[in-house]
This record gives sequence, C-alpha cells and structure tokens, in this order.
Amino acid sequence: MTVHNLYIFDRNGVCLHYSEWNRKKQASISKEEEYKLMYGMLFSIRSFVSKMSPVDMKDGFLSFQTSKYKLHYYETPTGLKIVMNTDLGVNNMRETLHQIYSSIFVEYVVKNPLCSLNQPIQSELFRTKLDSFIRGLPFFSARAG
Amino acid sequence: MAIFSVYVVNKAGGLIYQLDSYSPRSETEKTFSFPLDLVLKVHDERVVVSFGQRDGIRVGHAVLSINGIDVNGKYTADGKEVLEYLSNSSNYPVSIRFGRPRLTSNEKLMLASMFHSLFAIGSQLSPELGSSGIEMLETDTFKLHCFQTLTGIKFVVLADPRQAGIDSLLRKIYELYSDFALKNPFYSLEMPIRCELFDQNLKLALEVAEKAGTFGPGS
Repeated sequence: MTVHNLYIFDRNGVCLHYSEWNRKKQASISKEEEYKLMYGMLFSIRSFVSKMSPVDMKDGFLSFQTSKYKLHYYETPTGLKIVMNTDLGVNNMRETLHQIYSSIFVEYVVKNPLCSLNQPIQSELFRTKLDSFIRGLPFFSARAG
Repeated sequence: MAIFSVYVVNKAGGLIYQLDSYSPRSETEKTFSFPLDLVLKVHDERVVVSFGQRDGIRVGHAVLSINGIDVNGKYTADGKEVLEYLSNSSNYPVSIRFGRPRLTSNEKLMLASMFHSLFAIGSQLSPELGSSGIEMLETDTFKLHCFQTLTGIKFVVLADPRQAGIDSLLRKIYELYSDFALKNPFYSLEMPIRCELFDQNLKLALEVAEKAGTFGPGS
C-alpha cells in the first residue's frame, strides 16, 4: 500500500500545493496543465454526481478507483479541496484528509501571517510537516519510497 | 439495498440504453400562505428552489405539483405559468409539492457522454502506468460501477453503496447484451438498444442481483 501524490486546490481552482511520493508515471503534459485537468475533472465529477444522485446528498463525491489507483477527495465548507491518490488497498481516507486540513493546513498555513491564502503555499514548514505526516501513515510503505 | 439504474454507453460516448430500476421518492407537500417564504427560479426549464431550505424542502428541489395539479416544466398541467401563479396573492393558500427533479432523457444523454470523458481523463491523470478509466465511483448516497469491454462499450450501474455483487452483475449484463442485442439480426451496432428480450432479461438479472447480492460462479 502506498500514497502516490497529493493536490490541494483552493475554491477558485488554484493549485495551492502539490507533492508526490511514489509516482511511477508522469503525465505527458506540464504540471500546470495537469493541475488544471485535475481540477476540471473534479469540478465535472461534482456536478455529474449531484445530478446522478437518486436522493439528496450530504458529503457528495468521496472517491473513485480505476484498475491501478484510487483517488480520495475531501472538500471543506470553504471550498478547499484535498485530493490524494493512493493504491487500491486503501479504504476510507476521509478522516485522514480532514486531519491534513485541520492539523496541518490550518495550523501552518491559515495561522501563518506570511502565507497569503489563494496563492501557492511557499512555507517550508508546511511542506515538511505534510511530508512527515504522509510518511507516518500506516499504509505508506517505506519499501516503495 | 437497491440497484438504482443501468446505463449502456457506446464507444463514442453515446447513450444506447438506460433503465431506471428503482428510484426512491423524496417529496414534500406543504401548504403556504402569501407571501411565499421560498425563493423560486427557473433553471433548466424547471422551477426550482434557489433559497430557503425548510421542512425537508432543499435548495435544488423542483416544484412537482400545485394544489394537486402536476407541473410540467414552467407550466402547470392546466396551462398556467408557475411563477406567475405563485406571485398572485389571490391564489393563496396554496399547496405545493417539492421533490428532487427527475432526469430528463436529454440530461441522461448528456450525463452519459460526460461520464465517457471523465473515464478517459481518469486514466490520463493516473500516477501509475497502464491504468484503466474509472471503474468505481463512490459518494455518500450511491456507488457507480463501470465495466468497459474490449470493444469499448461501457456498462454503468448505479447502486446503493452497500449493495454487493455488482461486478458479476456487470459481466452478466455484458452477457445479456451479447445474447439479446448483438445476436438480434435487427439490431445495428452502436445504435440504441430496442430489444424486448434484452429488456426482460436485464430486469430479471437486476432482481436476482438485488436479492442475492451476487451470482454464483459460472452463471
């Protein structure tokens, strides 16, 4: 089991943060293009899912999986979106993604007066805290890293 | 547990078959006095709530009937315009029924091709080599399962998140498609499936899958 990569988008679709751990395949497009494609896909999935749903939804879209990876999605009421790609063996990640938001993003970005929201996160402290949090997850395998 | 609906999408992204097997109704009927304490607006040829959630009426719910008379789009069955009727104080008190809007066949076509592209993007954004498109998509109210055949046809099943055995159901639907659509001499490839036997057998398969949760091996 492993974690491939993680994207954080703000409510306007700007990619605030990207990091990767065990990523085997790079997309054929530039990183900027990839963020836009990812955000666009999530945006469409959200509207797709809200139309498809037979009953009213609460949390909405949670995750999808293909034959090789699983994408976990978490959105805060303020529109911040955290997206994590893992392999197929990982189950519900909602708690973990919420933890990234509450104990890392809020602590080291929102409470940091030098970080402006709506702009890519430059803070080195945030980067290291996030990296050690992900590496400490029970399903992050050190062997693959 | 339930299976909500089945979609078959051809390799170009066109919807060639759709079946709603079970749709839970969430409707609320309430009597209002003037002035109406909800904000309604016309969206996609429907009158929907845009502000003011209360008593089970949610933003996005459509007006389904007024005083027991059905509403089609912007007009009631007897030809009155909904918004105009509701803005006239002499028509009150009025009883309005709200509920989630049903998908029209146009919307279904649109959603099917939308899924077709999401499927492709899903495999393009993969961090691993050789990934397929979206096979399973999970939300808090339903799970969408998709099976793409080697020839590019996609079978999509929407089911309750706890419903088991959808993978074997998808293979079973493929089998039914091969048996009753492809082997039908009057069926032309990539075109909408209008085969009575396919209909019947699909409904049967859905019933079995709902009850048993799974098909035995080799069935």
